Amino acid sequence: MSFSSEQRVVSTRLAKRKMRHVSEKIIETLLFLSAAASILITVGVVYILVRESVLFFQHVSIVDFLTDTQWTPLFDDAHFGIVVLLSGTIVSSLVALGVAIPVGTVVALYLSEFAPSRTRNIIKPTLELLSGIPTVVFGYFALLFITPLLQSVFPELPGFNLLSAGIMMGIMIMPLIVSISEDAIRAVPMNLREGSYAMGATRLQTAIRVVIPASISGITASYILGISRALGETMIVSIAAGMQPNFTWNPIEPAATMTAYIVQVALGDLPHGSIGYQTIFATGLTLMLSTLLFNILGFWMQHKHRERY
Amino acid sequence: MSLQKIDTKIRADITRRKRLDQWFSLLGLFALIICVLTIVILLVDMCYDGWERLRPEFFSNFPSRHASRAGILSAWVGSALVMLVTFFVSAPLGVATGVWFEEYAPRHWIRHLLEININNLAGIPSIVYGLLALGLFVHTFGLGQSIFTAGLTLSLLVLPVVIVATREAIRSIPTAMREGAYALGASHWQVVWDHVLPYSMPGILTGIILGMSRAIGETAPIITIGALTFIAFLPPAPWTDTWPYMHFEWLNAPFTVMPIQIFNWTSRPEAAFQKNAAAASVVLVTMTLLMNGFSIWLRNRLRKNLKW
Repeated sequence: MSFSSEQRVVSTRLAKRKMRHVSEKIIETLLFLSAAASILITVGVVYILVRESVLFFQHVSIVDFLTDTQWTPLFDDAHFGIVVLLSGTIVSSLVALGVAIPVGTVVALYLSEFAPSRTRNIIKPTLELLSGIPTVVFGYFALLFITPLLQSVFPELPGFNLLSAGIMMGIMIMPLIVSISEDAIRAVPMNLREGSYAMGATRLQTAIRVVIPASISGITASYILGISRALGETMIVSIAAGMQPNFTWNPIEPAATMTAYIVQVALGDLPHGSIGYQTIFATGLTLMLSTLLFNILGFWMQHKHRERY
Repeated sequence: MSLQKIDTKIRADITRRKRLDQWFSLLGLFALIICVLTIVILLVDMCYDGWERLRPEFFSNFPSRHASRAGILSAWVGSALVMLVTFFVSAPLGVATGVWFEEYAPRHWIRHLLEININNLAGIPSIVYGLLALGLFVHTFGLGQSIFTAGLTLSLLVLPVVIVATREAIRSIPTAMREGAYALGASHWQVVWDHVLPYSMPGILTGIILGMSRAIGETAPIITIGALTFIAFLPPAPWTDTWPYMHFEWLNAPFTVMPIQIFNWTSRPEAAFQKNAAAASVVLVTMTLLMNGFSIWLRNRLRKNLKW
């Protein structure tokens, strides 16, 4: 029995189609594997931080870690009180937020409710552009521009201090706050504003009584993401605030943050497996848990709490 | 109270509110100008400090103990090579992940889990990626403090940026495009490869450039893996004269990058080195602003021209 030429064509096409099916499956699997690889990153981060921290907590009790008020891991008389590093992180972040939140909110409100659209079309991309300036350059500004400037007003300010690092951090996270708040404010439907204007309210009254309450979840989310950015910021504080651990709530003193401590240890040459080496992972774990908390909060604010119109 | 009194009271009230409105408008403008002015002053001050060092020798000299003879040769070569690794790891991985999410992912808990995971990755502080690299790449995998380790670390950092951009670009392509291709008998992958990817390529490129500009300025993770700061030699060249004309020894070479060099010079007490830091910052900021500006321009142009 012999195939006609037409039958042969059909059968090779069917065979091809089968091959096509197999290669489609292979490609889909490959794509899925690369998507799944992102899970590996999270697993890797958690695994490394927890593995080294467990070794660390075999030497140091968690109670000491949380309650001791000294941080001298490399001295003979070693103390591991994370609160020392936390104080530096909290003070510098508070200064940053004190700068970024009021100015950022006013600018966001101005851009969306008051400014002509031409201004906004120029300013928004400019702010995005600024958020690309590397943080090490901001660190340079903080140490060699902001600190001398502040010293000319307050001569007793030390060369390294949390204040100028915090101010610079505030300037750095402001574009983030402006951008997210402005998006949230703009998403408020126009008819809410028009209703308010129709009642004779001014733009400011409308902004404060109608627009802000309607977009408060987005604005809060921008603050929270700003906080988590400030907590994790590394280069500005390591350059401008000094890297000496100092338990203080006073912004004009030098102090180390959690991130600056990690940089300080990494710059030295600590042997792998020593207790000093393990401290940076315990510090990193503390840092990641605190930023994770704020990230989840911010994400939840941004998505679950959105007002429906 | 007479009618006239009420009238004047209301008018006074209206005037006060209008004045408040104008005051706030001025305050907003003032805040905006202060913000922009601060940044401009900082950038101008930096250019002013670094200007005298920005000579051709600055780009062709190695770092040195003498500030006036020091340059950024090893730093910019290192940055370029690290970026090369970052690009070749993060671009394929990120685009593949984005394609899977938009074109293949079933509505399933796995998709949800991966989505949440990627959102979280974007929020992890960069120094924690450095700790991951130190514990895993340097000490567990034994890759050392090499260009390869740095490139891998930075790829993890920019992966969320590339994924998000890819997904947004793909999402903007109308379903009709895909259906047209399916109607002509194209397979799933043929639709993706021949139609979806080409149309979304500009958007994807924008994301990749943004990611690269973020990676080139990252300092903390590279310090954490323990990169040396004084490197007065170049890694071996990636090309050779004999077949196969290239080799990969440079991947294992020790290195320094631009931000590390800036950090190193900034932390020195001598003013002469701080001038070097300013000059190197001018170079780095120019590079990142150009990359960011190009990608923002690309995105805006696309938004205007592409109307489906």
